[in-house]
Amino acid sequence: MKFSNILSTQGEWLRGEGPHHQVVISSRVRFARNLHDRAFPGWAKKAERTAILEQIKPRVEELPEMQDSFSELLQDLSSLEKQVLVERHLVSREHAAKGAGSAVVMNRKQTLSIMINEEDHLRMQSMRAGLQLKQAFKLVDKIDSALESNLEFAFDPHLGYLTACPTNVGTGMRASAMLHLPGLVLSELINQVVQAVGKIGLAVRGLYGEGTEAMGNLFQISNQTTLGEKEDEIISRLTKVIETIIDKEHDARQVLLQKKSNTLWDQIGRAYGVLTYAHAMTSKEALNLLSIIKLGVDLGAFPEDRRLPIDELFIDTQPAHLQKSSQQKLNAEERDYLRAQIIRERLKLFPKPDIGNVVKESGDGSAAKPPEE
Amino acid sequence: MLCDVCKCNDATVFLTQIVEGKMQKVNLCDACSKEKGVQDPTGFALADLLLGIGAAEEIEKGAATQKCPVCGFTQADFKKTGRLGCSTCYATFAEGLGSLLKAMHKGTEHVGKVPEHAQRAAQLNDRMRTLNENLKKAVAEENYETAASLRDQIKQLESDLAS
Repeated sequence: MKFSNILSTQGEWLRGEGPHHQVVISSRVRFARNLHDRAFPGWAKKAERTAILEQIKPRVEELPEMQDSFSELLQDLSSLEKQVLVERHLVSREHAAKGAGSAVVMNRKQTLSIMINEEDHLRMQSMRAGLQLKQAFKLVDKIDSALESNLEFAFDPHLGYLTACPTNVGTGMRASAMLHLPGLVLSELINQVVQAVGKIGLAVRGLYGEGTEAMGNLFQISNQTTLGEKEDEIISRLTKVIETIIDKEHDARQVLLQKKSNTLWDQIGRAYGVLTYAHAMTSKEALNLLSIIKLGVDLGAFPEDRRLPIDELFIDTQPAHLQKSSQQKLNAEERDYLRAQIIRERLKLFPKPDIGNVVKESGDGSAAKPPEE
Repeated sequence: MLCDVCKCNDATVFLTQIVEGKMQKVNLCDACSKEKGVQDPTGFALADLLLGIGAAEEIEKGAATQKCPVCGFTQADFKKTGRLGCSTCYATFAEGLGSLLKAMHKGTEHVGKVPEHAQRAAQLNDRMRTLNENLKKAVAEENYETAASLRDQIKQLESDLAS
């Protein structure tokens, strides 16, 4: 499979259709594994890294799940291509910085991606649309069991799977979900949620993981610890917490509709106006405004069939995707022009926000009357 | 200037140390300098103080001069990178890592998935233990016929384990 195929097919998990898709964009589970008695990638010399790669890569490629896969050495990908993979969350930012001795193998549907010689010899991750942590876990678990029959993984009866960083030792598993929480952000409740989640051993991060800023009201929530708890316990604990956050987000949206509807219509109207008329836009601004439009679709201010074009813009307006689609390297200013242009074109036939269509859930059961224009 | 450790009192002790060619400075208040034993500058590592409860300090307890026999990794390397060299490093630096893992995780014992090869090995080891105990008992009871059969079983198991 060629790189152009990756670019032209939307990853299955990017099509926002899974369970709880209004709040949960995607679920992801990754396992970290290492070969027994081999230096970890960060410590291994280049020759050893290459030998490890040659040992692992064929085993990964022969997996039935990897028929018709995209398999590439990191040194054979351009920096732009690597960045495209990062923007789709198919490889980590750390992995994209790697060169000789590292590789990535992923399936056509882009629901399974295996990084070889990232921080650990193997980082295998499965992605799903919406809240489907259990299903994502099942697939990685299956892949892991299949690989372990041919590769001896570093394992200690007391410490579990041994990883380069002690924070991953034990299950070696990180489960995470990407949440879209505009309601909690607009009602200024997000910090409370972040703090509460932090207290129970879970981490909340920005769009691209550790140390990144939260943009477009998108947050990643994941387990912090990996030792002393079973995989399925971690998954169900995380799922429960996410379900609570989903409820809180819906509550916040209802409160906004009832108590601050003017602010809400103003935000949606402004986002619509700027996106349809602006001629220069940074990716951060685009994400933040698209997030508000997405909220508008959730609330019924835009027709449901407009959801997909908005979801696609979230990815297509990212810097590397823009440059890849225009077939050239652009500076920041040129990207901002092109981004605004693409958004304007895609939103050309997008209807104006129809706030009369918005339905409140509680109260006397009647539809909310929008404020008089 | 405030103390680098408690960040509330004024600093009165100013230290400069050169570690591996790099100059590091730290400012301490009177109370913190006493608590950290800075009165005797030769007996204390600036880096550890700066890293606080950090990993370096913990791992150093166990293996100040130790080197991993498999990959040659040292505790200084861990201090620098926060990553280990290979899976054997966990055994090499076990003493220092113990308290680090305890602080980091929910528990100290793995309770999750076990790879098949490790399951098999654990079963064989269990069986070996039982056989050896029975052999001891049989010898003590002068039950040589049973002992001979047990000895054969142990030999068989040893060759299974080696394969």
